[in-house]
Amino acid sequence: MGLKDFFKNRQLKKAAKQQIEMPSIELKSIPSDETLCTLWTKCQSCNQLLYTSELKKELSVCKHCDHHSRLTAMERIEQLVDYGTFIEIDYDVLPTDPLTFSDLKPYKDRLQHAEKSSSAKEAIVTGIGSIDNQPVAIGSMEFQYIGGSMGSVVGEKITRLIEKAIKKRLPLILISSSGGARMHEGILSLMQMAKTSSALKELHDAGLLYISLLTEPTFGGVTASFAMLGDILVAEPKARIGFAGRRVIEETIRQKLPKDFQTAEYLLLNGQIDMVVHRKELKKVFSDLVRLHTQNDKKFFFNDELVLNVKDTPLLAKV
Amino acid sequence: MKANIVPLDFEKPLNTLSKQINELEQKSSLVNGNKKLLIDLKTEYEKAKADIYKNLSPFDRVKIARHPQRPYAVDYINHISPSFYELHGDRTGKDDNAIIGGLIEIDGQTIMVVATQKGRNIKENQKRNFGMPSPEGYRKALRLFQHAEKFNMPIITLIDTPGAYPGLEAEAHNQSQAIALNLRELAGLTVPVISIVYGEGGSGGALAIGVANRILMLENSVYSVISPEGCAAILWRTREKASEAAKALKITAKDLYELGIADEVIPEPVGGAHYNIEETCKNVLSSIKKHLDVLNKLNGEELRKDRQEKFRKIGEYIQG
Repeated sequence: MGLKDFFKNRQLKKAAKQQIEMPSIELKSIPSDETLCTLWTKCQSCNQLLYTSELKKELSVCKHCDHHSRLTAMERIEQLVDYGTFIEIDYDVLPTDPLTFSDLKPYKDRLQHAEKSSSAKEAIVTGIGSIDNQPVAIGSMEFQYIGGSMGSVVGEKITRLIEKAIKKRLPLILISSSGGARMHEGILSLMQMAKTSSALKELHDAGLLYISLLTEPTFGGVTASFAMLGDILVAEPKARIGFAGRRVIEETIRQKLPKDFQTAEYLLLNGQIDMVVHRKELKKVFSDLVRLHTQNDKKFFFNDELVLNVKDTPLLAKV
Repeated sequence: MKANIVPLDFEKPLNTLSKQINELEQKSSLVNGNKKLLIDLKTEYEKAKADIYKNLSPFDRVKIARHPQRPYAVDYINHISPSFYELHGDRTGKDDNAIIGGLIEIDGQTIMVVATQKGRNIKENQKRNFGMPSPEGYRKALRLFQHAEKFNMPIITLIDTPGAYPGLEAEAHNQSQAIALNLRELAGLTVPVISIVYGEGGSGGALAIGVANRILMLENSVYSVISPEGCAAILWRTREKASEAAKALKITAKDLYELGIADEVIPEPVGGAHYNIEETCKNVLSSIKKHLDVLNKLNGEELRKDRQEKFRKIGEYIQG
């Protein structure tokens, strides 16, 4: 929303209050206070006020402190995939309540609440899109939906995406942002770790590229399964990534942990990931990585054709 | 009730009765009145026993699964195989004693066994880290899985762990990657893999050696995505509600069998495995043989497919 819209909205609100008709303004509905407030966004790291539309242009990176704020699953995809090329798959795979789980609140209610508050249907969006005209299978996690936790639906959608990538021989990109396995689906959530990893074994053996992007935050059952199995592991600056949560570790070993513990930079120093990439560079890096890992295949394919053409020559046919 | 067994809180009434019976029995000359009392006490004891063990809550089973006298991996190995050649180390710098592994023999077939192992006392637990493996333990396990694959040995994994160790060094050495890699590589093996959960199946730390063709669970073992205490602390905001969390999470052997994850529930003696270790081990061995017989008939590709299909099916969702 631009400044002009902001003032238009204000006028419209005023008019609505005084019940004056203002036919000259063409806005479909009266915006809520909430929408009006979205004009400015406060950086969660340095508390500076940022003009929202400008922040979006900067890919939600604060221009003052370089803080990478959390993105929704779709924002992520929009930033990486060529405009208009993304086709979502398995959007109709929806959660259920297999254990009729209830803590302080029934799981069914939590699901409904999550759908409302995140405007997502589950904790992941999957589909096919292009990065600089190179088709990829891509999945992006939605942290706003019950902490991006992995239950049956996340496991199923990732597994189907991997199967699709194998079938169409596409590189796979998974973007993680998750607190881990979803407790409300109990053991079924845990088994999704095995299910996704098992599908990745097939992808691995098929010789296909898998790039895993780890974003703030990635923990627990997600890190301990598909997120850490990438051929290339990329993280965003300062993203917190780990197996156990900081508090659990501090309680177990009874000592304070270093400040940078479990940050992307710490993981890079400890040899756990390949690179830390600024959000502005991500698309180019992904595009290059996909190209570098697939261009040789095309060459080999070309060679194969050559071999096929001259297959009568026994010496060459063996190559 | 065996005198040397530490009673759990729900077993306290039984313990009092059995003490009274013992006292009476030790009196050399029994007068008639005492005889009748003894018989009455015994019937009361049997009734109480049947009552208590029939109505165990999920959290009672957690307590049995964690009983300090419950048989551990080494006990099972010693009972089911005439010999055990333990193999050590991850070959990159450490031997994690929370995971043990090596060669055993069942009916003339060499088998690779990989297991988590707890300690019986503080000193042992310093060595075993309370059965919580480090990344190096999982890498040792992976090395042994690959060894088994090379020499065409079926793999049996025995699981009893509170979970993978949540420590500073474990994180620095990449606990998550060690677990993830095991999940992926186990999925691709072409030898039979049987996992037996004999105590606590602690989340990812257990699954890291549990991607198997058959998952068997002892009657009083549990397998869960998070400990009941951990779940209660997060969702109920107090650890006191662990008993409710244990119920909600559906973690008992029976629950997992009904959910189609466990393939068989191996029966335990009344009261739990620690009341009769020989009998428990006998049940475990006969169950292993039964499943091994079936899996031995499949070829490598079939075994891999069988395992992958087992996990591919797991999960409940609605479509459309």
